[in-house]
Amino acid sequence: MTQTENTRTILICHGTGCVSSKSPEIRTALEKETQRLGITTKLTGCHGFCQQGPIVIVEPDGVFYTRVGVEDVTDIVNSHLQNNKPVGRLFYQDPTTGKRIQHYRDIPFYKMQQRLILRNCGHINPEEIDDYLAVGGYEALKKVLFEMTPEKVIENINISGLRGRGGAGFPTGRKWEICSKASGEEKYIICNADEGDPGAFMDRSILEADPHSVLEGMSIAAHTVGAKKGFIYVRAEYPLAVKRLEIAIAQARKKGFLGKDILGSGFDFDIEIFEGAGAFVCGEETALIESIEGRRGMPRHRPPFPVQSGLWGKPTLINNVKTLAYTPLIIVRGADWFSDIGTERSKGTAVFSITGKVANCGLVEVPMGTTLHEIIYGIGGGIPNRKKFKAVQTGGPSGGCLSEEFLGLPVDYESLTSAGSIMGSGGLVVMDEDTCIVDVAKYFLDFTQKESCGKCVPCRVGTRLMFEILDRITHGEGTAEDLLALRTLGDTIKKGALCGLGQTAPNPVLTTLRYFSNEYLEHIKEYRCRASVCKDLIEFKVIREKCTGCQSCVRICPTGAITGPRSKPHNIDASKCIKCRSCYEICRFDAIAGNAIVIRTVEKKS
Amino acid sequence: MPEKIESILQKYSRGQDELIPILQGVQKEFGYISLESVKKISRYLRITENQIYGVSSFYAQFRFTSPGRHLIKACRGTACHVRGAQRILEEVKKQLGITEGETTPDLEYSLETVACIGCCALAPCIMINEEVHGRLSDKGVANIFSKKGTEGESDDTN
Ligand SMILES: Cc1cc2nc3c(=O)[nH]c(=O)nc-3n(C[C@H](O)[C@H](O)[C@H](O)COP(=O)(O)O)c2cc1C
Ligand code: SF4
Ligand code: SF4
Ligand code: FES
Ligand code: FES
Repeated sequence: MTQTENTRTILICHGTGCVSSKSPEIRTALEKETQRLGITTKLTGCHGFCQQGPIVIVEPDGVFYTRVGVEDVTDIVNSHLQNNKPVGRLFYQDPTTGKRIQHYRDIPFYKMQQRLILRNCGHINPEEIDDYLAVGGYEALKKVLFEMTPEKVIENINISGLRGRGGAGFPTGRKWEICSKASGEEKYIICNADEGDPGAFMDRSILEADPHSVLEGMSIAAHTVGAKKGFIYVRAEYPLAVKRLEIAIAQARKKGFLGKDILGSGFDFDIEIFEGAGAFVCGEETALIESIEGRRGMPRHRPPFPVQSGLWGKPTLINNVKTLAYTPLIIVRGADWFSDIGTERSKGTAVFSITGKVANCGLVEVPMGTTLHEIIYGIGGGIPNRKKFKAVQTGGPSGGCLSEEFLGLPVDYESLTSAGSIMGSGGLVVMDEDTCIVDVAKYFLDFTQKESCGKCVPCRVGTRLMFEILDRITHGEGTAEDLLALRTLGDTIKKGALCGLGQTAPNPVLTTLRYFSNEYLEHIKEYRCRASVCKDLIEFKVIREKCTGCQSCVRICPTGAITGPRSKPHNIDASKCIKCRSCYEICRFDAIAGNAIVIRTVEKKS
Repeated sequence: MPEKIESILQKYSRGQDELIPILQGVQKEFGYISLESVKKISRYLRITENQIYGVSSFYAQFRFTSPGRHLIKACRGTACHVRGAQRILEEVKKQLGITEGETTPDLEYSLETVACIGCCALAPCIMINEEVHGRLSDKGVANIFSKKGTEGESDDTN
């Protein structure tokens, strides 16, 4: 056996994504073989490339295996581990060139990123505090406890230019400063891990892959502002994140990084996990506080701001998971190092979860100021199936849809806001020509309408009215006046709502009205949905000349709407068809005829 | 059941701020919040039953009827929506013969929709108990339920 074989470690991703595609079974199978060879295996959190999972990495070789199955274990062991021949068919395949790439550092998805807070994700075992310590973990806390005054810490965070990653981008140093100066013996710190924005999973991945970085950030913040107690507010759908946090907190206590008299410094601080109960508005800081206090999660009037009067009326510092995870890095590597990255007013990196109609879905971390084009095409690998790009949505239900002309936009807080969208927490959903923009706008309004806490009228009633108008348009019953009504309602809600939910809810509609007004007009005037999504506006037809009568569609149709003898052109009975699209899909991919079934605009009923 | 509720309550102190953790604890044990539990919690925390209903009905997590043995959470998040979540939900409904908020007559499955599971890179997805099934197609959904268990293959046709 050669030297490398013995020192090899096999990393097996155990993030939620890879676990769902059976990575624990792969681990069991691999361990059986590797124990015999004296090679260690290690479970890790998410690499951010879940779409390619389950992911297995062999270190120090840096070989990156994708879509590994239990049946591939024998090959990895025999060929790679025993004979030093990595298994080529499991390498990542570049969607643009079709080439297979062996090392993760050569994969465009990773090569173009700058991973700061994701640096440990996928490389350390989140259930072993020693792994975190081995990569310099808790050094920042020691520095803060023994070498720096709270004033010095605040000064550093201020110089670094760090802004809150929870959405609004409030300067973190300033928030800490206000909280540290707030009067009162008792103070609290809350880590906002509610991550309500659908389509976003950055916070979950960090909690699952590198929980100690968040705990360390919280301890630093707590020491700086003078808090003794911290809460992590995690959303209900993240059971694995809760489990990893529990393990991490227990281990940190045992090693003296949490609890009484931390590392002999005299500083007491402990953390409790609070599981959210499934309300989007609870991501808003004052609603979150109401929720921890055991009430309905309805936002409070601000001021007073939580930093002055928050949980149980005490000064409370609330920061997002990512914001807190940056702070140990800034303490160790220096404020100037951080402020050198990014743009004039937005410093450091931005973490996005890029999803939707894009070849490489996953978590990416890039310097602020990277263009949307670089993110979607460079890292994301572009739009699959040779489809055309239509829009990119940032900021979730509070954000907007940007059209092609914005692809060159360098993303930071200001540029996205000026385009009518927001940075938000970092969800980035790519849409192609098969996405109907009116349907997407309706989707978001349906979401906010249901999630509105109901406290203020503009938000409660206004979002429902907007939803109803959009719903009419998608059914082909819209009028030209509707567009004006949407704009007026949107402006009214923005001005009249109490909290950020209502104030930003109209954004998806207002931006799409601005950049995709054509599509609205087509629905209204031409009774046409160019993406073939709005069911009332389309019908399914067989092109008689093309149909070979292979009967694939007859078998798949759930309602028996398609008839026709074998080898003769088939018929679709429009009165039975529920427009499920199955026949269209099967005809394109599985049927002998190919494209005999088409989707057409129906004639407008008068 | 009554003794069990008591033993859950004992784990918490008597303050309104314990209400949500208590409701979560009760639901974890029984699968839902029963009338009886509400009464007991009310006495324990010294707050009215109405207050408890007010809070619990605000949050999507809490149920007031017993769910099936397998709880299905279908994602209606943005990433899943643009990748065909609607069709997946339709297929789940078709396979089980129930809609959102319902339970199959054999008490095997309950169906709910959620805002996001956090596995958006594998969209569209559903969660059965705590297990995520991603990259689903209609066929993938049919496969899951044809096996009559929580076991199921995800389907790779993106
Ligand atoms: C409707 C709504 C939902 C929000 N959801 C979240 C969330 O899920 N996570 C988060 O960190 N901040 C969320 N925020 C922002 C928080 O109110 C708060 O500004 C943030 O947690 C502060 O942390 P930061 O300074 O580190 O950004 C939300 C705000 C609104 C109005
Ligand atoms: S704006 Fe909407 S969500 Fe916010 S407090 Fe008002 S009603 Fe509630
Ligand atoms: S769209 Fe669905 S219901 Fe309509 S004909 Fe095709 S398979 Fe049948
Ligand atoms: S869960 Fe494995 S890469 Fe994300
Ligand atoms: S949008 Fe479906 S898992 Fe996030």
